[in-house]
Amino acid sequence: MPDGTPHSVIDKDGLDALISVLTGHGRTVIGPTVRDGAIVLAEVCGGDELPYGWGVELEAGHYRLKRREDGAAFAHSAGPQSWKTFLHPQRVREWSAERRADGELVMAEDDTPPPSYAFLGVRPCDLRAIAVQDRVLTGGPYADRAYRGRREGAFLVAVECTEPGATCFCVSMGTGPAVDDGYDLALTEVIDDQGHRFLVRVGSAEGEAVLAELPCRFADAATETAARERVAEAVGRMGRTMPPVDLQVLMRETLQAERWNDVAARCLTCGNCTMVCPTCFCTTAEEVTDLTGDHAERWRRWESCFDLEFTHLQGGPVRASSRSRYRQWCTHKLGTWYDQFGSSGCVGCGRCIVWCPVGIDIVEEAHALNDERAAASEQAAS
Amino acid sequence: MIAPEVQVCPAGVPLPYRVVGHAIEAPDVATIALEPVGTALPPFAPGQFAMVYAFGVGDIPVSVCGIEGRRLTHTIRTVGAISGALHQVRTDEMVGVRGPFGTGWELPAATGQDVLVVAGGIGMAPLRPVVLAALAAPERYRRLNVLIGARTPRDLLYTQETANWQAAGAQVLVTVDRPDAEWTGDVGVVTTLLERAAFDPHETAAFVCGPEVMIRATARDLVHRGLAPDRIRVSLERTMHCGTGHCGHCQLGPLLLCRDGPVVDWFRAQPLLGVREL
Ligand SMILES: Cc1cc2nc3c(=O)[nH]c(=O)nc-3n(C[C@H](O)[C@H](O)[C@H](O)COP(=O)(O)OP(=O)(O)OC[C@H]3O[C@@H](n4cnc5c(N)ncnc54)[C@H](O)[C@@H]3O)c2cc1C
Ligand code: SF4
Ligand code: SF4
Repeated sequence: MPDGTPHSVIDKDGLDALISVLTGHGRTVIGPTVRDGAIVLAEVCGGDELPYGWGVELEAGHYRLKRREDGAAFAHSAGPQSWKTFLHPQRVREWSAERRADGELVMAEDDTPPPSYAFLGVRPCDLRAIAVQDRVLTGGPYADRAYRGRREGAFLVAVECTEPGATCFCVSMGTGPAVDDGYDLALTEVIDDQGHRFLVRVGSAEGEAVLAELPCRFADAATETAARERVAEAVGRMGRTMPPVDLQVLMRETLQAERWNDVAARCLTCGNCTMVCPTCFCTTAEEVTDLTGDHAERWRRWESCFDLEFTHLQGGPVRASSRSRYRQWCTHKLGTWYDQFGSSGCVGCGRCIVWCPVGIDIVEEAHALNDERAAASEQAAS
Repeated sequence: MIAPEVQVCPAGVPLPYRVVGHAIEAPDVATIALEPVGTALPPFAPGQFAMVYAFGVGDIPVSVCGIEGRRLTHTIRTVGAISGALHQVRTDEMVGVRGPFGTGWELPAATGQDVLVVAGGIGMAPLRPVVLAALAAPERYRRLNVLIGARTPRDLLYTQETANWQAAGAQVLVTVDRPDAEWTGDVGVVTTLLERAAFDPHETAAFVCGPEVMIRATARDLVHRGLAPDRIRVSLERTMHCGTGHCGHCQLGPLLLCRDGPVVDWFRAQPLLGVREL
């Protein structure tokens, strides 16, 4: 499908129409919008709620909105949330149990119908992050019901990146800034003397049907070219780059590195990085009973591998030191995720760098580990 | 009662099981026998585990220590809220069960060889089905050694039964860390029994479960005696909240122990357990 359909162009009113068409189809449209000094993901009811004219200034431990002259809607990179907030929410009821008067126990899976979402403005890295969570939560022998229900019904409008942030490194993770599949519609924002418009590519039959309801025209060569050029330029403007080595092997070979002590001395084990990461999926089970004591519910909520409780066994936590907890997180993202789920657990969105209160940078840590390994093997050789 | 035709996702939601037997093994250890009220879970293999749910408290991973038809048996040591609640369930009460989860011991891989079972404390529970299966097929396996260690004589599980295993042809050796006044048997850690076990290290499959220190010491000794690391299967414990590979708690480096374990061969486990706090 991706390349079978001719590309189209919509204007800002087309984006407006996109929101109302999707809403008209009974979907809750979630998109970027400015709130409390950040670009958050929330329900949007009209195009005027999109962050036109807003960009972001990003650095390790730093996030700030800044005005843009060009009025672009999608010239910001990943904010504090990701789509997992909606697909794999903080708290989910999994099942409930009833103890009848005669002592019978009846357990039933939660049957709340999943919300029907449309996500507007899914970044290439985040599209890959959704694919990563798909593999984790639905790719094995057991599919997570809550996730699958939300995911299967979701309509994805991707937006290619033309304005990468200073903390972005999707190019070195192979996840952006372009997209070529996994979406229903893909937009590329183009602003030049011919106007403010969006190149639209269709990725599914439903995407095609939705597009048909929008005021759109066939893509002209100028828009096509401008869109390709903007995305190609973004490749050269990545804020960060991972070391050009096999990261899975690097993580495996540096488990005993000195560098983990260095990062442990800085890390607060607050778990912010795990909360903002679009692929982090860990949860803990929570049992809730009502006052009668005859009705119980099983909930699960996000949990972070930085919590001491995370690895509690009778003898105490397996990972007690902050060294071991940061190492677990980092080696999981970049290394053991491949073993467990067949891909990287990091898509290079940079959120963990931005939202770390002390500015710990996974890219910098990977470089340091790589340098330490190189130094060690040099020493061994001489 | 749930009608048998009601389809419930076996992995995600517990099925009701009735407690049909309850025995106290040791002051803090009980064995419960469970039978499905309606639909039964798919069959369990020795070494696999269930998530056993105490109503209103929660569920925990527990290995199967007995599998007879639709009946599941679990031996549970009280260490906290959920294990404590399961300790207290009475005959005819109901619990919830999900499963089967994880890898099994794969005893048939020992065909034609000596079988060496080494258990520490509650670690005897998941190994019991291995002993029973080996005893049930004497023509298939050579010598069967069962080495059992416990903290005190009161912590020994299945004491009646282990005597029968001896009578049925197994060599059963038992030791305790701290003897009481009546104890006349061996004293010391379970690895001291390896000396007296009759097995050919080059033709043996070993099955080991117990506290992690005990697993490490036993595996190290066995390798020292000439057993290939991939002939040693160990059962490992990590925190588990789901059993289905989704909660992320049971990671041991590249392994998700609810899926790739709990039974792992020492060739894989050793380098991972060799990294502190992995
Ligand atoms: C694959 C597997 C098989 C097991 N088989 C048996 C068995 O046959 N018999 C038996 O007695 N025990 C078995 N266990 C251990 C048993 O699951 C734990 O003792 C139990 O989870 C403790 O929970 P609790 O609520 O009673 O204690 P808590 O009140 O939860 O216990 C106190 C502390 O222990 C922690 N904890 C300890 N172990 C675990 C665990 N594995 N998962 C989650 N939390 C844990 C809790 O987080 C808590 O902090 C097995 C564990 C695993 C992983
Ligand atoms: S590890 Fe950091 S950069 Fe990688 S996907 Fe997670 S939040 Fe984004
Ligand atoms: S790396 Fe930063 S965000 Fe993550 S736990 Fe440590 S201090 Fe918190």
